[in-house]
Amino acid sequence: MPAPRVGLFATCLTDTFFPSTARAVVRLLERLGCDVHFPMDQTCCGQMHYNTGYRDEARPLAAKYAQVFAGFDAIVAPSGSCGGMVREIHPELHGTSDAFARTYELSEFIVDVLGVTDVGAYFPHRVTYHPTCHSLRMLGVGDKPLRLLRAVRGLDLAELPEAESCCGFGGTFAVKNADTSTAMLGDKMRCVLNTGAEVLCAGDNSCLMHIGGGLSRLRTGVRTVHLAEILASTEEEPWAPTP
Amino acid sequence: MGTNPVTWLGSPVFPKAARAALADTQLRRNLRKATHTIRDKRSKAVAELPDWEELRQAGEAIKDDVLSNLDTYLERIEAAVTARGGVVHWARDAREANEIVLRLAREAGTDEVVKVKSMATAEIGLNEALEAGGIRAVETDLAELIVQLGHDRPSHILVPAIHRNRAEIREIFRREMAEKPASDEPRDLAEAARRHLRRKFLSARVAVSGANFGVADTGSIVVVESEGNGRMCLTLPEVLITVMGIEKLVPSWQDLEVFLQLLPRSSTAERMNPYTSVWTGVTPGDGPQQFHLVLLDNGRTDALADQVGRQALRCIRCSACLNVCPVYERTGGQAYGSVYPGPIGAILSPQLVNDMHDKQAASLPYASSLCGACYEVCPVRINIPEVLVHLRAEAVEAKGRTPESVGMAALSWIFADARRYENAQKVGSLARHLAPSGRISSLPWPGSKWTSARDVPAPPAESFRMWWRRNRG
Amino acid sequence: MADARSVVLGRIRAALADRPAAREIPRSYDTSRPLGDLVELAAERIADYRAEVHRAAVDDVPATISRLLAERGARRMVGPVDLPASWQVDGAEWLSDSPTLSIDQLDGADGVLTGCAVAIAETGTIVLDGGVAQGRRALTLVPDYHLCVVRSDQIVGIVPEALARLEPTRPLTFISGPSATSDIELDRVEGVHGPRTLHVIIAT
Repeated sequence: MPAPRVGLFATCLTDTFFPSTARAVVRLLERLGCDVHFPMDQTCCGQMHYNTGYRDEARPLAAKYAQVFAGFDAIVAPSGSCGGMVREIHPELHGTSDAFARTYELSEFIVDVLGVTDVGAYFPHRVTYHPTCHSLRMLGVGDKPLRLLRAVRGLDLAELPEAESCCGFGGTFAVKNADTSTAMLGDKMRCVLNTGAEVLCAGDNSCLMHIGGGLSRLRTGVRTVHLAEILASTEEEPWAPTP
Repeated sequence: MGTNPVTWLGSPVFPKAARAALADTQLRRNLRKATHTIRDKRSKAVAELPDWEELRQAGEAIKDDVLSNLDTYLERIEAAVTARGGVVHWARDAREANEIVLRLAREAGTDEVVKVKSMATAEIGLNEALEAGGIRAVETDLAELIVQLGHDRPSHILVPAIHRNRAEIREIFRREMAEKPASDEPRDLAEAARRHLRRKFLSARVAVSGANFGVADTGSIVVVESEGNGRMCLTLPEVLITVMGIEKLVPSWQDLEVFLQLLPRSSTAERMNPYTSVWTGVTPGDGPQQFHLVLLDNGRTDALADQVGRQALRCIRCSACLNVCPVYERTGGQAYGSVYPGPIGAILSPQLVNDMHDKQAASLPYASSLCGACYEVCPVRINIPEVLVHLRAEAVEAKGRTPESVGMAALSWIFADARRYENAQKVGSLARHLAPSGRISSLPWPGSKWTSARDVPAPPAESFRMWWRRNRG
Repeated sequence: MADARSVVLGRIRAALADRPAAREIPRSYDTSRPLGDLVELAAERIADYRAEVHRAAVDDVPATISRLLAERGARRMVGPVDLPASWQVDGAEWLSDSPTLSIDQLDGADGVLTGCAVAIAETGTIVLDGGVAQGRRALTLVPDYHLCVVRSDQIVGIVPEALARLEPTRPLTFISGPSATSDIELDRVEGVHGPRTLHVIIAT
C-alpha cells in the first residue's frame, strides 16, 4: 500500500506560537509511514472570526482552505477546535469539499485512519489529560487520545477530575468574559494540581495556552504539552522542553 | 431599548453582572453543590433508558412539526378547548396577556389568586401587573415562594431559588411567615411552606397556571410538577386561567409519550415527577368550572421567523442546559438579567426582545465558551452553540463599525494571503525580545484582559513554516 | 385595529414564509419493552419513591386495607361513591362523596382510599382518570394519606403503553410517590402539599 499523502494543517496558533507541536506531528506521522506535506499557502481556518460573529470575514478563509488542501488523501490538524471548524462549519460557509470531509484531528487520524493505538512512544512522566470541548463534543474523538496515551511506555497516566468541564478558554470568550473565563480556569487548575501530574496534556494548543498561562502565572511548575509531542517522543529521541 | 419584560429593566450587560456574581463566594458554593448534584443524577436517570437518543430525535421532530404548522395546530387546540367548555384568548404581547388575566380575575370578584409556577407568567411580569391592578398573586411553588418572600429575582428555570441554601431559606421564612420553620432541614422548610399555604389553597377562588404541553387534537393541557401545589391550584378553585406560550403544543395525545419520558429525566432527574395533571376544558363536577386559556405570543413569532433561531422554540423548559453549563455554574442565573437564564436564556431572551441594539440582550449570546455541553443534554436537541454564534453575527451587524470589527477585518485581510500572514508573524515574533523569560505577564489593553490572570508564551524565534522552509522547502 | 387572534396567526404565517416541508416523525423509540415480572418491577419502582407497597391476593385486599388503616390509626376515610363495598372495612368511618364532600370535610378526614386506571411499572407511576373507584380529583388531593389499590392487570411496562390505555379528555392525574420537592439545593425531600403518605396495595 502506498504511503498516504497527508496535508498538515498546522493552524495559525501552532504555526506561530507552538512550532514544536507541528514539528512533532511531522515526525510522528512520518514514523507511522505517512508522506507529509505542508502547503505553504495555508493560514487560518477563520474560527475566531466565525465564533465571534464575523461570518463574512471567515468565508474567504474557508474557500482558501478548500483550495490549499485539495487533492490530499487526508488533512491532519493538531487541534480539535480547528478540525471541528473545518469539518463541521466550513461546508456551511463554502459548500461541500473533499478537503473539509477529509480533515481529521490528530488522534482520530492515527486511530481511525491508520488503525494504530501504539505509536511506539516513550514519555517517562506523570501526565494528566484534558479532553478539549470541541474534540469531545464537536468531533466526538471519545477516548482515542487516552488509548494512545495508555500505550506510551513509561507514561504514568493520572485521571483528571471533572475532566469534561470546559477550561474557560472559548476563543474571544476569554477576553470578552474574562472574569467568568478566569473562574473556570481556576477550577480546572485545581483539578490538574490535585492529580499530582508534572504534565498536562491536551489536543489543542489554544486551551493549553489558556490553562498553561494560568499554571505559569501561579508558578505551579506543571507543564503543558500537546498530545503530538508526547506521541512523537521516543527513547532514542525523547521529548525535551522548548527553551 | 426593548419593552419586553422578559429581560429586567436596568440589568447590566452580562460581563458586568457576572463579575458581581463571581465575587459572591456563598453563591458560587451554593450553585456548585446544586448543579453537580443534579448533573450526576440526570446522567443516571438518562442512562436507564436504552432508547434515549431515539426519544430525543422524536422530540425534536415533533416540536419542529409543531413550529412548521403552528397556525394549524393553534386553531385546532382553540376549537377543541372551546368545544369542551373552555374559553380561549389570544395575546400579542405581555401587556395584552396581563390585561386579560387581570380582567378575568376581577370578573371573578377576587382580590387574590394562587399561582402554579409558570415561566410564561414570569416572563410577562404578571404578578407585578396584577399587584398594580389591586390583585395579590400568591406563588405556591416552594422555590417561587422563596423568591417572592425574599423579594428576590429567580435564577433558574426549574428551581428559581437555586442560589439560596437551606440556611438562607430558613432566614427568609423566619422573617416572612407567621409560623417559623423548626430548623433548616429541607423537610422542616417544606413543612413550613405547607402550613403557610394550606389555608390559601383550600379557600382560593381563582388560580393562574402555565402549561407544559397543550395537545392540539384534544385540547388537553398538561402541567408537570412535584409538590402538589399544582394539583391544588388546578383542582380546587372555581376559576382557572392558564397562560401558555403558543409554542407549547404537541399535535396529538400519542406525542406526549415522548415528552413525559424526556422531561422528568432531564429536569429533576426522576423517572417520573411526582404529579402530572391533564385536563380538557371543563369537567362537570370535577375541578374548576370556568377555564380560560390565554395563548401568548410576546416575541415568539419573531423567533419563529428566524430560520436558525427558531429551534429555541422547541424548548420544553427542563433546565438541563443550565445544570451542565460551566458559565451558569459560576455566575448563577441573575447575571443573565432575565427569567430565562443559562444557555437557553442566552438564545431565547435576545430573540424575544428582538432588538440587538439593546446592549444587555446583545451581550447574552457571548455568555458562553461554546463548549457544547448544553447541546449534548438537550432533550429536544436544540443546537444552542449554533444559535449562539448566529445571534453573535446579528449583534455584530447591529453594532456596525467598532474597533473590534476593524481589527477582525484587518486580521481577515492578513490571513487571506500567506505572505502577509508570514510578515505579521515575523513582526510579532520580535515581541520575544521583550520577554527574555519566555513568558509575557502583562500586555496593554485589550491584551490586558488576557494577562490579568494568564501569562502569554513569548513568540518563538522561528515559526513552524520558517522551519519547514529551512528543512523541507 | 385587527384582533389579537388574527394578528398572531398572521405573524405566524409571515414567519413561516419558508414553511419547512413536512417530514416523518422518527418513532424508533420503544413502545413496549420486555421488563420481566411487571408486578415485581412496579412494586420496586413505586417503593423507590418512598411510597409503601403491599402485595395481597385479591381476596386478601380487604384484610390488608384493615391492617394498614389500623396501623396508621386512620378512622375517618374518604371514598369515591363507587368504592367497592368489601373495601369499606370495619374499624373506619367511611365518608362517601355523595352528597359532594366539602373541602373542609376532605381536610378533616384521615385519608382516602381509591383504585386506579393504570400503573406504569418502569416509572413507578399510578394514574387516576376519575373512573371506577377513583372519584373526582379533590378526593385524592386534600387528605394527607392516600391508599391506592392497583390490580395486577392494570400494570403496564412503560409510558407509551399507559398513554395508549388512557382517554385524554378525562381529568388525569399521574402520581409517582408522595408529594415531593427538589427546590432546596436540588435535593429531593418527600412531603409538601399533596398527600404526604402514599400506600399502594398491589392485588395479584
